[in-house]
Amino acid sequence: MSAAPASVAGGEARVRSWDRAVDRALRGWGGVVYAFLYLPILVVVIYAFNDSRHVANWERFGLRWWGEAWRDESIRKALLLSLWTAASNAGVAVVLGTAAALGLRNVRRRTRTAYDAFMYMALIVPEIVIAIGSLLFFATFAPQLLGPPAIVITHAVFNTSVVTLIVRARLAGMDRSLEEASADLGAGRWGTFRRVTLPQLFPAILAGGLLAFTFSFDDVVLSTFVTGAGSSTLPLRVFSELRFGLTPLANVVATFMLTITLTAIVTAQVLLRRSAGRAGASGPVAGGAVEVTR
Amino acid sequence: MTTGRGQTVREPRGLILPAWGYYLVFFVAPLVVILAFAFAHREGFFDITFGFYTENLERLWDPVYLKIYTNTLVLALEGTLLCLLVGFPFAYWLGTRVRTHKTLLLLLVIVPFWTSILIRTYAWALILAPSGFLSSFLQDLRLIANPLHLLGTDRAVLVGIVYDYLPLMVFPLYVSIERMDRRLVEASRDLGVGRWGTFRRVTLPLVLPGIMTGCLLVFVPMTGEYVVPSILGGGLRGLFGPVAADQFLEALNYPFGAAMSLVMVVFLLGVIFLYLRVLGRQAEQNLGAAL
Repeated sequence: MSAAPASVAGGEARVRSWDRAVDRALRGWGGVVYAFLYLPILVVVIYAFNDSRHVANWERFGLRWWGEAWRDESIRKALLLSLWTAASNAGVAVVLGTAAALGLRNVRRRTRTAYDAFMYMALIVPEIVIAIGSLLFFATFAPQLLGPPAIVITHAVFNTSVVTLIVRARLAGMDRSLEEASADLGAGRWGTFRRVTLPQLFPAILAGGLLAFTFSFDDVVLSTFVTGAGSSTLPLRVFSELRFGLTPLANVVATFMLTITLTAIVTAQVLLRRSAGRAGASGPVAGGAVEVTR
Repeated sequence: MTTGRGQTVREPRGLILPAWGYYLVFFVAPLVVILAFAFAHREGFFDITFGFYTENLERLWDPVYLKIYTNTLVLALEGTLLCLLVGFPFAYWLGTRVRTHKTLLLLLVIVPFWTSILIRTYAWALILAPSGFLSSFLQDLRLIANPLHLLGTDRAVLVGIVYDYLPLMVFPLYVSIERMDRRLVEASRDLGVGRWGTFRRVTLPLVLPGIMTGCLLVFVPMTGEYVVPSILGGGLRGLFGPVAADQFLEALNYPFGAAMSLVMVVFLLGVIFLYLRVLGRQAEQNLGAAL
């Protein structure tokens, strides 16, 4: 081992410089990926403030197309429809998802595994398949529901899973001693739930509701299939416009949708951080309570 | 009722029933209805007789439709591979090198996932259009003489799906890399195994469940993608999503559209089953962490 200390030192230096090169390359790649994720979105936002009649030719900064969008009554109607269907879907998903998460705390392992299969399948199955199935289902059994009610119902399938995941992650990270204390002090099941459990869960429930709202507010595929004649949500409006070509109006509507969505996501994230639901690692669908448990 | 200390409050188990029922009625039943329609017989436009007719499934053997399925699978595989190539070094960096602002950096990966796929796809239409951002930029630099004709091609669709689904790939990778026992890697290096050998024989097997989960999560939606080919694919409609959609929105041939979807569902169930078989108990944990 003592044969050639100099060359060992030289080897180590080589290893270290190689390590540094790898570090730099990885960091550089990180930057490239973030640019890849965000630059396209930035392009849409910038072009929304383009006063040119042609969508891709930059002329000058201006709000001309914002005015046009606002004066377009069909866009205003689509926005209203989107807002209320998204909110109703969030309501349904929050009630079903929260209840399920609470119930899941106490079921046997096998029941939970069986339930999870449905929950994960609802998240994984391609949207278009659920959309096609829902169209056939409603057209066969309840054609009168096609349109806004069917939009609310189908969106809530995916979102019930989302809310369940988020609330369950929060429940897993929650200290149960407060609930135990409440029960020991003689509060009933309902009293304990209302005054101890629910307040602790509230941020997660609200975050779940916001993410459910976001998903529905942005959805194209499910809505395309189950929307009846004469009702069009905002994304459907943009989608149909895009198929005839790019228009400056689409940039404006897209940017407006982005603003609403981003506000909802960031609020949801803040709520989830504050509630510090550290246990139960979960990824983007569950709102990214990503602190990994070991 | 005991009054001993440490008694736990138990919500009724029945609380899972409403959601379970909801899944059965609005998720499972629609899938069953697809099955019923796939075997139905159509006379004229809307005169549908249920039964056990195989005409719709037989029509799928037509080379036109076989081609659509192969196109779709090839595109989804290419998209999955590209997501992995882009996402792995990125997730590796996040999981092993980043120490400060990690929460923020992860949040920045989640935000695009929750942003409208329509708008994110539309952004690429703006960029890739012949008069668009990329084309004029490259022309200004005099790198190309004529406008780019990328919009409306399969390449554009590939860029779009990779862009849209990348966050779903990054997360499972990140989680498995972060959880990996780094001491094993160090031990391998100390024992004189080279950098590449260590990566191939220690790191890779350790993060393989994450890789499989990521591939599953992006491959499955890519096979059914509808929005991206509709916007970036222009007139070319040789993919499962748009063609199946057309059966319902344009051609109004519900039974045939149902048969197309049925084949896709069976195939994807096979993929998911394979994933569960290979990963076994790790699957639940991995999916839970990744979703």
